[in-house]
Amino acid sequence: MTWVNAVLQGVFLGGLYALFACGLSLLFGVMRIINLAHGDIAVLGAFLIWQISTSFGISPFLALIPTLVVMLVLGYVLQKTMLTRALRGGPLIPLLATFGLSIVIQNGLLQVFSADVRSLGGQAGPIAHASWTITDQLSVPVLGVVVLATAVAVLGGLQLVLRRTGVGREMRATAQDADTAGLVGVPSSSVYARATAIAVATATLAGMFLALRSTFSAASGPTQLIFAFEAVVIGGLGSLWGTLGGGIVLGVAQTVGAQFDPQWSILAGHLVFLLILATPRGRSLDLGGVRA
Amino acid sequence: MSTTERAQRPATGTGYRVSRSSLTSWLGSLGFLAVLVVLAFVPIAFIPVVIQQTTSFLILVILASMWNALAGYGGLVSVGQQAYIGFGAYAVIFLTQRDVEPYLSIVIAALASGVLALVVSPLLLRLRGGVFAIATWVVAETIGLIILMQASLGGGTGVSLRALNVYPVADRRAYTYWITLAFTVVLLGAVLLLLRRRTGAALQAIRDDEGAAASVGVRTRPLKLILFVLAGVGCGAAGALTLANTLFIQPQSIFGVQYTAFMIFMVLVGGLGSFEGPILGALVFFVAQNEFADLGAWYLIGLGLVAIGFALFLPRGLWSLIGDRLPGPLLPIGYRLRSNKS
Repeated sequence: MTWVNAVLQGVFLGGLYALFACGLSLLFGVMRIINLAHGDIAVLGAFLIWQISTSFGISPFLALIPTLVVMLVLGYVLQKTMLTRALRGGPLIPLLATFGLSIVIQNGLLQVFSADVRSLGGQAGPIAHASWTITDQLSVPVLGVVVLATAVAVLGGLQLVLRRTGVGREMRATAQDADTAGLVGVPSSSVYARATAIAVATATLAGMFLALRSTFSAASGPTQLIFAFEAVVIGGLGSLWGTLGGGIVLGVAQTVGAQFDPQWSILAGHLVFLLILATPRGRSLDLGGVRA
Repeated sequence: MSTTERAQRPATGTGYRVSRSSLTSWLGSLGFLAVLVVLAFVPIAFIPVVIQQTTSFLILVILASMWNALAGYGGLVSVGQQAYIGFGAYAVIFLTQRDVEPYLSIVIAALASGVLALVVSPLLLRLRGGVFAIATWVVAETIGLIILMQASLGGGTGVSLRALNVYPVADRRAYTYWITLAFTVVLLGAVLLLLRRRTGAALQAIRDDEGAAASVGVRTRPLKLILFVLAGVGCGAAGALTLANTLFIQPQSIFGVQYTAFMIFMVLVGGLGSFEGPILGALVFFVAQNEFADLGAWYLIGLGLVAIGFALFLPRGLWSLIGDRLPGPLLPIGYRLRSNKS
């Protein structure tokens, strides 16, 4: 039964990774860039929520609203100032520039908030630790369900926007061929700015849930970036539902690995990822779904 | 070599000739040799702190050149070269625990890191761009985690290189310096040779546009493999030498992604895709580290901002400002068309 429990916890953990991953996946799908600062942006969001929540004594869920506004603006500005310019410099420059940004955010947070490990669990009230007990060894954490539901809602919502709305059509057109989309009156720069804003907002959401279910510090970003990226690659690059599947595969690998030995948790996730990279079809399980 | 003969034949028959060397490249080569001779005498002429600092600087030169070989010429942005840095350092620990002579261990460790690169290359080299970048990072994390679990290698608390204690301190410092200098010469020499031979034209074609290079018949895969393995050997050597220079390592720091941050900074500031740029970048970084490292987080924020600035506004780095003003390349790489009249 402990194994069933491990798998179940892994599925919920996978929801969190999918939430981290969807912004990464969207930016890759639309702009063909991997944002190496994605994890640090999520952690920045978590710190803002923590700051607002502790200063005003309000629930993190309430603090999320002003934070989202700030982060959306930040994402828009980031796109307009840095990414647009980086995209013009060829394929290497966005990688190098976002890696630089990652260093800046990480150390900026370190400078402002010190190296202390924090958690939002305390501010959130009972929801952070409550769970439904099914049997002695099997329990369903409320927060895990909330995270998974949020991940499904965000991924489903994104999918719906991409498939059914004019904004989504513009994004898909730009993703396929930015120049041709520009010819028919879809300016790539505003599409990119919207995509970046969405990616930053979902990263903030993921950062909040990370902070609610465990601890975070200024140095947490890179690890979350790696997990998000593993989820994206396992699920198939640019595929949104695949990302959810990838996140769950990674989460289950980690919790089942931890069942053998706590030291094995992260390593097991990496090994599953590398194993999937090594398969002859390579690069992904391709868990289906429409591509962004 | 037939390509050389063909290239040296006058292109149109009259008025022009093609040559490798120029006055600049003769002076440049002589300058490099002179610096090498001076460097060879550092342990005899200077105080210990200078020897140790120069060793650190040479390690930086190795790291920058290796990362530049990958990204600047192969288009391979690796965020995981710390895999080989850490592997090289721990291989020295592993070998000296089995009574292998420490300096011989460094050489073996460097070669073993090359073998590691060869082993993971089928997995990584079919990936591109950002996917390649993070996959190399995962490989580094994986190797770091595995070594962290080995109690015999010190686990998470770190481990000292005791085997070097058989040498008197002054001798040890000098030997470590000389072997670092030897590695620097061999590794940079290998890069230079790759650039000078026929592979050089191919590498520069891949640097400028990989798709176009492949379409005119450049076989990109074997070249990328050569660069990847060379960078594995170089970074492994850098890790092993760092251990010999500092005598203590911890898995968290030797497998840390900060090495990638430093390499990116050096190469971007110095000049991506040039031979001289990374050396210049290593010099700038070395000075910055000595001047500002006390500032802690502010120092790293500054490094990040400078790196972003160079990536966005001067992607060919400081060397492009100097190199473009010179009448020719400092080292005889590539060919030049010259008028016979001049």
